[in-house]
Amino acid sequence: MSNMQTNTDAASTMATVVIDGLEVKTSTRATILAAAKMAGIHIPTLCYLAGTNEIGMCRVCSVEVEGQDNLVPACKAKVADGMVIHTQSERAVAYRKMMLELIIAEHGLDSTNYCFSCPKNGTCELQAVCREVGVVESPFATEEKKPRKAILDSNPFLTFDPNLCIQCQRCVGACNNRAYNHTLQTGKRGTRTKILAPFGEDWKATECESCGNCAAACPTGAITEKRRKYYRDWEVERVRTTCPHCAVGCQIDMMVKDNRIVDAEPANGPSNKGMLCVKGRSSSFDFVMSPDRITTPLVKNKQTGEFEPATWEEALDLVATRFTELRDEFGGDALAAFACSRSTNEDVYMLQKMARTVFKTNNVDNCARV
Amino acid sequence: MAELSVAPRSAYDKRIAEFVEPYQRRIEAIPPGTCPIAVQANLLEAGGAQTCGKCVPCRDGIPQLAAMMRRVLACEADESTLEAMRTTATMIRDTSDCAIGYEAGRLALEGMDVFADEYKSHVQNKCCAEGVGQTVPCETNCPAHVNVPGYISLVQEGDCAGAVAMVRKDNPFPTACALICEHPCESRCRRMLIDAPINIRGIKKYAVDNARADTVPVPTRLPDTGRKVAIIGGGPSGMTCAYFLALMGHSVTVYEMRKHLGGMMRYGIPAYRFPRERIEEDLRAITSVGNIEVKLEYEVHSEDLGRFMVEYDAVFVAIGAQGGKKLDLEGIDAEGVMSAVDLLEKIGDDEYPDFTGKKVVVIGGGNVAMDCARTSVRAGAEEVTIAYRRRVEDMTALSEEIEGAMAEGVEMMTLQAPVRIESDSEGKVAALICQPQYISAVKRGRPAPANASKPEVRIDADIVLVAVGQDIQYVPFERFGMATERTCFTADENLRAKGFDKLFVGGDCQTGPKSAIMAIGAGKVAARNIDEHLGFHHTLDPEVVAPDPRPNMRDAYGRVNVSERPARERKKDFGYIELPVSEEEVMQECSRCLRCDAYGCGVLEGGRVQYV
Repeated sequence: MSNMQTNTDAASTMATVVIDGLEVKTSTRATILAAAKMAGIHIPTLCYLAGTNEIGMCRVCSVEVEGQDNLVPACKAKVADGMVIHTQSERAVAYRKMMLELIIAEHGLDSTNYCFSCPKNGTCELQAVCREVGVVESPFATEEKKPRKAILDSNPFLTFDPNLCIQCQRCVGACNNRAYNHTLQTGKRGTRTKILAPFGEDWKATECESCGNCAAACPTGAITEKRRKYYRDWEVERVRTTCPHCAVGCQIDMMVKDNRIVDAEPANGPSNKGMLCVKGRSSSFDFVMSPDRITTPLVKNKQTGEFEPATWEEALDLVATRFTELRDEFGGDALAAFACSRSTNEDVYMLQKMARTVFKTNNVDNCARV
Repeated sequence: MAELSVAPRSAYDKRIAEFVEPYQRRIEAIPPGTCPIAVQANLLEAGGAQTCGKCVPCRDGIPQLAAMMRRVLACEADESTLEAMRTTATMIRDTSDCAIGYEAGRLALEGMDVFADEYKSHVQNKCCAEGVGQTVPCETNCPAHVNVPGYISLVQEGDCAGAVAMVRKDNPFPTACALICEHPCESRCRRMLIDAPINIRGIKKYAVDNARADTVPVPTRLPDTGRKVAIIGGGPSGMTCAYFLALMGHSVTVYEMRKHLGGMMRYGIPAYRFPRERIEEDLRAITSVGNIEVKLEYEVHSEDLGRFMVEYDAVFVAIGAQGGKKLDLEGIDAEGVMSAVDLLEKIGDDEYPDFTGKKVVVIGGGNVAMDCARTSVRAGAEEVTIAYRRRVEDMTALSEEIEGAMAEGVEMMTLQAPVRIESDSEGKVAALICQPQYISAVKRGRPAPANASKPEVRIDADIVLVAVGQDIQYVPFERFGMATERTCFTADENLRAKGFDKLFVGGDCQTGPKSAIMAIGAGKVAARNIDEHLGFHHTLDPEVVAPDPRPNMRDAYGRVNVSERPARERKKDFGYIELPVSEEEVMQECSRCLRCDAYGCGVLEGGRVQYV
């Protein structure tokens, strides 16, 4: 068209829109949802997960745009200059409810005794948005009981309960677009869309790394970390730390219940951006309270061959003496320093520094390649 | 990166396309009388099967809506279900991401409006509305309800005369319908489920070619009743009415304005499609019943009508739509501008024009425009052009008429809206000036043209023929007191003119310009109802019965089309353009008939539309 032209000045990339009577100036690349957020207007969402799932499946965020017959999903639709948006119009409110009614009609509520036995009770986003929008039951629900779908439970860390799945595809986005594992897919398309979670009996044969980013993305109790069963969200305290498993430095929230770590959640750290691997999420903290854990230095008794408790003074003196002897007798290159990947970067740095300056060797390494 | 493949992403796609083709035909062949909610529920579910599974309104909404529709279909729902359906369908329409969802919602709503009566019946009366229930497709869709399987079977058994008699049971114009019928009987032919609709007209053509209508005796007239009926208009409707009334024993007088009987079949349809001698065969057979007096060149005025109302026991007005619609165009009065209707009317009285060396431009895209264009070719025109505002696919003419015209060298200048006619210094047409168009938004179901930003186009012309529709010459009858609505006479479904007891009206003058078979159907209805009005309940013995059915022939065959003389030959004369259907062709066509009168719903009570 003749009136289309390339325009790079600021005016063409900025839009002024009116949302629920409030004027917002924003980039034309912004979605209505983002613009509303800027204006402090909350639009309920369900399937939307920034960067992971932006497909506009649930339509809960549908809003009215003046001059347009149909409603548009705020999470997907971009703003345009002069747009007048209503997030609380009669239709928007009514349809938002209907979407949730359609979803909960298929959500297998009775399979978890109406949320009671669901591991996500209290943190379920479907539960939360229904409460927010005021949906307590569904006129679309049928009275007859639907046959139960089999739960996939063979993976040691993860469970998939298809009865609770709302086909929002967040898990698919997490596996494919975020973790790039491409193991979790959809099958049986259309009205029978089904998530193919690789947690069945053949889980070992799949490419799944059990990283659990799918479970973290799941808004309901469909894909869950098995640990979830043993606590409720309101029972835990979150303690922010750095994952000690390797040198990446993922930011992590330890979930602490009664002074014990029961679970881990990724924090939005600069290196992990809200994600974790299987080790960080499922295995790098259970040893904290292990009875097998060594709590004092041990020195080997040469006569008996047994390790015996010693003080730090004794232990450090012994180590310093022996290393010095070895260095002096055989030269620094007879020694090497090998750091455990569970150490922090700072500790590893100190170890190699000691190797180079005290041992006088460049023989340093680390097992952070796990 | 994974290696690329040239294989289709899904190997099924091609196979699905092939697999659904019979289902597309099946949808086309939806049997008449099917409950529209059953149709809608199935199509809605078919729409649901197309969802990709992404969005809630489509993926979850359509199955829920379909489930509600199923409950309505099963007559297990109440008003609240209808309300919930509307809300759900509106939500699906307003919130779905793509057309698979929003069009499903829109169509569900549209269906609820279009078929509101049926929904009401299911909810309130717990059953389908009256008239719902399958009937034999061909005879139901024929406005005269001709016993189609019956006469096809007779042809198959070698009894062409019997076939003519069987057609005549409901339609005294077997020849006309064999040659020029628009064959609505073929539109839902059940044979489509297997291959293609039967060429019903072709079979009838074989019958009348091999047993000329005037050689097949008409049934014996019933004893005289002493009642008199006046019929105004000797076209298909009037003559059909005359035929049946005469057979019932009434005495009939037909008043015809022109020199010959036949109406638009003679004065509207060119001889190359319907040779004059062939119309005469039907008309001779009709008048052979006896007791039909024909008054030609008798134009009925309002005072005549007043007199008829006194002198006759009943009057049937069937004056057709004989006037040509005018075009409000600058320069329209130039010499050489003619109405299509006038041209064809003159030909009806054998006054052929001579367009030798002339450039003819026809304005319009209907059957009459094609008739004019093809007539002009035969009248020696050097160049014949059809100027039409829309595209070829938007023309209202039958596709075979358009193809025929093109084959004979008619130039289709489409997307050209006439703006004025240019004349020379002597006031004679010089050119038609058109404003180029481009096809644009669909309005009332048809893509409408819009002015294109292009300069005007000049089409040289010595003759301009205006074929933009027909008018009903209703004025004298309105003056008498007959009610009209948009120039059509008003009547109830029994064709009794509004406000009258013994005055009936039917055909083009009541419906607006339609087809010969619709006019024939109206003539039959009028005859029946006039008979009832006169206090009789005559039944007519057709003196022929349908043969026992043969088993269905289930192998797929192509449809035999009626072939035509080569365009380069036929365009040189006004001779009939179609070639005879051969015996082997007609036998194959007949063998494809599924005899729906004898198999399926045809044997059910109410499964047929037949009168004796």
